[in-house]
Amino acid sequence: MTDSEKTLKLTVNGKEVESAPGEMLIAAAEKAGVLIPRFCYHPRLEPVGVCRMCLVEVKGPRGFTLQPACYISVADGMEVLTDSDKAKKAQDGVLEFLLANHPLDCPVCDKGGECPLQDQTLTFGPGESRFIEEKRHFEKPIAISKLVYLDRERCIQCDRCTRFAADIAGEALIDFEGRGGSLHITTFPDKPFASYFSGNTAQICPVGALTTTPYRFKARPWDLEQVESTCVSCAVGCQMVVQSSENEIVRYLGIDSEAVNQSWLCDKGRFGFESVSSAERIASPYLNGASGVVETGWSQALDAIAKTLKSAEADSVAVIGGSHMANEDVYTWVKFAKGIIGTDSVDAQLDDGLDPKVVALSDRATIQEATQAKLLILLTGDLREELPILFLRIRSAAKKMGLKILEISQSESSLTGDAAVSLRYFPGHAEDLVDGVLGAEIDPGLYSGDLQAARALVSSVDPGSVVVVGGRENLAGSSLDPERAIAKLLDTLAGAKFLSGLRRGNVNGAIDLGMVPGFVPGRVRLESASDSLKARWKSLPSKAGRNSKEILEAALRGEIKVLFLLGADLVSDFGDSALAERALSKIPMVVGIDTLTNRTTQYCSVVLPATAFAERHGSTTNIEGRVSILGKKLVGFALSRPEWMIAVELAAYMGEDLGFEHLQDIWEEIQEVSPLHRGLSISVLGAPSAKEGIVVPLSASKVQITSRRVLDPIATPGITSVGVSGPPSSSAALPGEADMVFTGEAYSPARSKLLDLLADKDGANPGPEADNFALVVSKRLYDHGVEVLSAKHLSELVSPSKGRVSPRSWEQIGLNGSGLTRLQGNGASIELELIQDPSLLDGVVKVEFDGALGEVSKLFGVESSTNRVKMEKV
Amino acid sequence: MSRFTKEMESRAHQILALYPERRSATIPLCHLAQEQNGYLTEESMIQIAELVGTTPAEVLGAASFYDMLHTEPVGKYVVGVCTNIACLLQGGEELLSHAEEKLGIPTGATTDDGMFTLEDMECIAHCDHAPALQVNYRFFGPLTNDSFDTLVDDLSAGKLESEVPPHGTLSRVQRKHPIAVPLEEIVRHRRDSDAKEGERLAAKAAAESKEGSN
Repeated sequence: MTDSEKTLKLTVNGKEVESAPGEMLIAAAEKAGVLIPRFCYHPRLEPVGVCRMCLVEVKGPRGFTLQPACYISVADGMEVLTDSDKAKKAQDGVLEFLLANHPLDCPVCDKGGECPLQDQTLTFGPGESRFIEEKRHFEKPIAISKLVYLDRERCIQCDRCTRFAADIAGEALIDFEGRGGSLHITTFPDKPFASYFSGNTAQICPVGALTTTPYRFKARPWDLEQVESTCVSCAVGCQMVVQSSENEIVRYLGIDSEAVNQSWLCDKGRFGFESVSSAERIASPYLNGASGVVETGWSQALDAIAKTLKSAEADSVAVIGGSHMANEDVYTWVKFAKGIIGTDSVDAQLDDGLDPKVVALSDRATIQEATQAKLLILLTGDLREELPILFLRIRSAAKKMGLKILEISQSESSLTGDAAVSLRYFPGHAEDLVDGVLGAEIDPGLYSGDLQAARALVSSVDPGSVVVVGGRENLAGSSLDPERAIAKLLDTLAGAKFLSGLRRGNVNGAIDLGMVPGFVPGRVRLESASDSLKARWKSLPSKAGRNSKEILEAALRGEIKVLFLLGADLVSDFGDSALAERALSKIPMVVGIDTLTNRTTQYCSVVLPATAFAERHGSTTNIEGRVSILGKKLVGFALSRPEWMIAVELAAYMGEDLGFEHLQDIWEEIQEVSPLHRGLSISVLGAPSAKEGIVVPLSASKVQITSRRVLDPIATPGITSVGVSGPPSSSAALPGEADMVFTGEAYSPARSKLLDLLADKDGANPGPEADNFALVVSKRLYDHGVEVLSAKHLSELVSPSKGRVSPRSWEQIGLNGSGLTRLQGNGASIELELIQDPSLLDGVVKVEFDGALGEVSKLFGVESSTNRVKMEKV
Repeated sequence: MSRFTKEMESRAHQILALYPERRSATIPLCHLAQEQNGYLTEESMIQIAELVGTTPAEVLGAASFYDMLHTEPVGKYVVGVCTNIACLLQGGEELLSHAEEKLGIPTGATTDDGMFTLEDMECIAHCDHAPALQVNYRFFGPLTNDSFDTLVDDLSAGKLESEVPPHGTLSRVQRKHPIAVPLEEIVRHRRDSDAKEGERLAAKAAAESKEGSN
């Protein structure tokens, strides 16, 4: 029996309570049903014991004394009184002090109605204050960032926000200033609280001191309706509640899901809700022809598409996008495209991801496994920019549990400081560096970092306990290099697991359900489609199809007649936007199915309005393969429809029947045809105890799913009892909140070596060249993508792209002082502000992708495996 | 010049080298910055944050806690009049009001010529010379209104330059920094002493249980 498994016995209010060593008294008491009042204590933060609200009587050598329950760990035989007269008097006294300077402006405070200070004053506090002195005054409120307001008068100095910023987010941009009566939270002058995670501080603030700009004065808590859902702004799959007032979303709050987001959300996810009510929403179907834009009904629009489809060759039809859709939409569209039209040219990725074979056919890790691995290898983009909450999880594992990280990248990332070893490779040479790490010789000009240490690190651990996070760091370079590098790691380190670094909403679910060329639902390759699938589907594509880039290239040759864009804004989002624009103008019929008007809509001959997030039921899949539900809170906007319904209707107009009337029908079929999802019945998915979502594939042995921890209204004010809403409406047959055990079916993807499935290494791949810089284009959280731009407050956070070069390259270009540089490549030329970045190799220029602005994308060349640009000082 | 000069920066690195954790050098570096500029400028706090690997907000947070660190400009001489019990009984409050009159500023303010900042202080442990005050943390007392005026005049006339350096300079004698003790050695020492303490407690417990069984 290890230490952590030992149980201790203590007595709380005369009742015997069991606990484990190291547990804080406040948590142990809570488990036993005794709620000790608290403000500064938060289960996800380190204790500080500053607010003194949790004073209870603990028996010591000198009898019972008052001690803060959040700051003492339990001991065997401990005797505790939480409701004695002395404890009550202490708690009452603390509240009186906390209220001495609190302005009591509850009627105009956003927190009023869900405020731990209000609630606990009512429960534990005095009816009246004896203070007659003037309360302290501050200017109120002040904007400490574009998203967060600070009201210093309301602050009770609990230290929650500053602990979050320093310990969890790792950016102490706010801190206490002063001492005693003048203590207050502050930012440094001219350095606002510009953190990707700032919204969390407002969520955990136990008073109304921190409030968020988008929610300010929008609603009163008691008027809010809420539903539980999963965030799809990136692919981490954070659990959250959607809260609305009068059919408008007013805020998202993170739910404490142990497996995924542990109560945090990033600001892009939290404040992205404004795009749902954006003025850019498409209200009704319309045709965009020679006579301009003509609004039309669903039937005319669908009829027009169906007619063209019927006359088109299967090969000339293609589908791009769908990574933001629910699993049910994805499956329906895959069945429609592959099973009815018969084309395999279906791709949810926009040439910014990885070969689906790498993602679908590797053994997958969960986030928990990644944080508990003996060695975590990062071969992906900067996680803080792409999968922010995964970054938080890995960062905290590195800081608190000593997780060893080996980073293999082209430039420094937010996790470089936490990595045991961090190596840089010259663009296009990830595979060479991985070879080097695994023991081969490598040209010293192609990398930097301590290769010996990396080798020692890899050989010091059991390969079976390694997790590789694999994604796409460089949008400009070929994807083959990172794919081969990841495959080599997974092939060589027997038993190593893979965690997807693909960041688009439900892109991992789309891959699982076959929305990529060469696959059918269930991570099954097209040629090995099962009989159960064939029984349900009318036909299967005769040959493997094209990926997005190949589809666009085929369009240039005039080979694509109909292109469906499922929420894919190619002009903004596809790296090589020039290729996208040229290709789109060559396709006779482009059908855009989207929620928002964007830069690609003008190329669509038919535009169909889709329902947005929170306007529909469904499920989504995250980077782990965790299937969780999407809640519906709003009535669909105007004439919009869920994507699955559009596919079903369209099939009907073609005289075909997809066989779906309800979401349940779709899920039942998924379960039947996809070996990956077998056992995951709709009632299992919707069970109260499966609130954290369920990772597919289910293991053949019994799977135990533990209920999520009880929602703590003082840790996360604002979330009350949350109703489940999703595809599963038939959950009555399931056990209630208790732990649930169920059995899946044996599932393992049949494959030999991943590397054998990939194309051969590109032959010519030069290293550094004197005046030809290798281009690295990286993603960042706030880009000019339509989702950020259509959310009012997020759009203000987008900053111009910057370029980075090593100090030596900086000198070589002849820069001093100003970094304004002209970059030329692929026949285009752009001007960009450069800064020095010592982490980069010489001869590399790293540029942030700027989405809709499209400037950077002009540099993308499609042919070369490593894009090269020439640089000159302006 | 608000950031460290070359010479100050090399002193900053000497200070940093003394601590196993860089953050521990925050306060000494704040004093160093005050020695250069008289108070903590924003630029110097930013530079200290870079040097110790934290954020400017945390440096400001730490600095604002301490009375001896000033985040706003102060005069060349910071005059702190003690108003704690011993001085109070000997006329500290009256001395402070006189100081306000003499300098023409309220407590907490700085004279227009940038020479004097007036503060009231808690006990400065100079009770045997009450009522007492500090000028840049150098003690003076007991003082009368007249001797206070003389003191101020002498300071203004530069007669006390040798005794009282400008605000920020804690000591004109530069201490030679001792050789830094490697972190491993500190850890080893702690472990050894913990082990000894453990043995002692175990022995004590064994003795007690023996006693108990008898």
